[in-house]
Amino acid sequence: LPDERPAGAQAVAGTGEETEAGDALLASPPLPEREAGLLSRMEADLGSGLVEHGNACGGLVVRISPDAWRRAGEVARDKLECNYLSFLSGIDWAPAEGFRGDDQGDASTPPQPADTEFGVAGSAGRFQVLARVASTGRHWGLTLKCDVDEADPRAESWVPVYPGAEWHERECWEMYGIVFDGHPALRHLYLPAGFEGHPLRKDFPLLAREVKPWPGVVGVEPMPDEGAADSEGGGA
Amino acid sequence: MTPTRPELAVDPSLYRHLADAQVGVELDTGDMVLSMGPQHPATHGTLRLVVRLDGERVLAADPVIGYMHRGYEKLTEFRTYPQVTTLVNRIDWLSSFANEVPFVHAAEQLMGVEAPPRAEYIRTALTELARIATFLLFLGEMGLQVGAITPTFYGFRDREYVLNLIEAVTGGRFHPYFNRIGGLHDDLPAGWSAECRSAMRKVLDACDDFEDLVLDNPIFEQRTRSIGIIPGEIGASYGVSGSNLRASGIDWDLRRDGDPYLAYRDLDWKVWTHTDGDSFARYWVRLQETRESVRMVLQLVDGLPSGPIMAKVPRIIKVDPGEVWVNTENPLGEMGYYVVSKGSTGPFRVKIRSASFSNVSILPWLLRGCYVPDIITILASLYFILGDIDR
Repeated sequence: LPDERPAGAQAVAGTGEETEAGDALLASPPLPEREAGLLSRMEADLGSGLVEHGNACGGLVVRISPDAWRRAGEVARDKLECNYLSFLSGIDWAPAEGFRGDDQGDASTPPQPADTEFGVAGSAGRFQVLARVASTGRHWGLTLKCDVDEADPRAESWVPVYPGAEWHERECWEMYGIVFDGHPALRHLYLPAGFEGHPLRKDFPLLAREVKPWPGVVGVEPMPDEGAADSEGGGA
Repeated sequence: MTPTRPELAVDPSLYRHLADAQVGVELDTGDMVLSMGPQHPATHGTLRLVVRLDGERVLAADPVIGYMHRGYEKLTEFRTYPQVTTLVNRIDWLSSFANEVPFVHAAEQLMGVEAPPRAEYIRTALTELARIATFLLFLGEMGLQVGAITPTFYGFRDREYVLNLIEAVTGGRFHPYFNRIGGLHDDLPAGWSAECRSAMRKVLDACDDFEDLVLDNPIFEQRTRSIGIIPGEIGASYGVSGSNLRASGIDWDLRRDGDPYLAYRDLDWKVWTHTDGDSFARYWVRLQETRESVRMVLQLVDGLPSGPIMAKVPRIIKVDPGEVWVNTENPLGEMGYYVVSKGSTGPFRVKIRSASFSNVSILPWLLRGCYVPDIITILASLYFILGDIDR
């Protein structure tokens, strides 16, 4: 196959320097046989509803268009025998504010890329719904991602497919602000009623870090019997 | 004035003892809303249950969670991989070591690092010890929920033998933080294997005690048989996992059926299931699994390979970009991490799939139609840890 990816994208097992175009190179290794079989069965039933697929360390990841999300759940449950809902959650691909590794913000926080990079199987926008289903009888499973519109984040509810999705969708709604159409009662699960904001969005600050920066070097506080001047390396 | 409802065929024998009751008349009952918790001795932490009752019968139940929500998924985005390992330690605090393993495996898989066999064996042994400790507490505490106090003391006493073993290796009774990406912090201390064998004998004795004291007890059977039945397929669609699902007849154990991890493929052991799906079955399955874990630990101690306990990893852990899903069979059920890395020293996103969250999410379905005293036994038999629900 001709490779159209930019140069540098080949180095999969690199040293971590080649993080650019990370989304493109991740899809490159071929799927294991079982996962490839699951994919072809999903494709046969979903058609263009299955936008893209990828390989996450040997696991199958499929990206579903918003209008086929519930159908994808039904196909996974009925055709792939995935009777078990492992989890349903969301993901925000926006670059994190304030701690990009440049000299701004909290320097003790691991720096993340300043540009938006989508993960395995790509994304149409900033938000995605992420779900994992498995088969207790056949011992296989797959990860599903659903594209969500950024301006009006909505997805079809999976509660009619997997009743256990009810709590997961409530959590996803409060944490990311993604509305699930057809959910019986989207109300707060973890957070108090009336909480404003969506904490797992990347632009929601971690207030504890804003108020008091993380102590980057530990052990600088003097022990009770030590003088304040002898604060470093007093232990050994 | 209570309306007469002649269409209700009431067994007159019900009224034989009530001299002043009007025969053939059923009293109207109004719904009552009862709030159990968040501080209630039978809920094992800050789980609040709002139940609507008709007499003693539950019409609807709504668990209210989040009193212990610590926002771990947000916190992981502000920490390095080794720091996240200490964080996930605190999710299910009864089996902390087992929480570390899938996260460390996720980082190792993304980095392409494999821990040496000796480290994997010791990890397996400590995971199974954590399972034994967790289950011993359950086996004792379940007695308390039906009014038997002695098994509780036995459970705490016997768990101590196991916690001492874990402490001897890791230095921590509850929060070992012993896993490192690429292996383990340290090797086993001298003489540990012998101590482990003798402790395992005590645990087997304890299992026999629990079988005699609790499982064979007719009162316990009355309180748990046919109570809180979870049909297997319904449990799976709610994401109920682990021993709870195996007690409903679903023969699924990630140690055997998932992606191969740790040293389980080298061991001779058996997955136990029960067909009833009631509270009794959940107790029974956990009792058998405790014995099975003892068998595993003994095999691991006997067959411990020699060699290093750490793979070669850079001093500063940078994880290659990628995504990985790692799930393991933890004492409470399926524990998993979906880790998204962008090549930094810390993860971009970690979705923590904790077992108790899904196990408890079936409660509105499960409690409907049961009686108030059974709520307690059902909650206890599902066996959850609040930190594992709230994360």
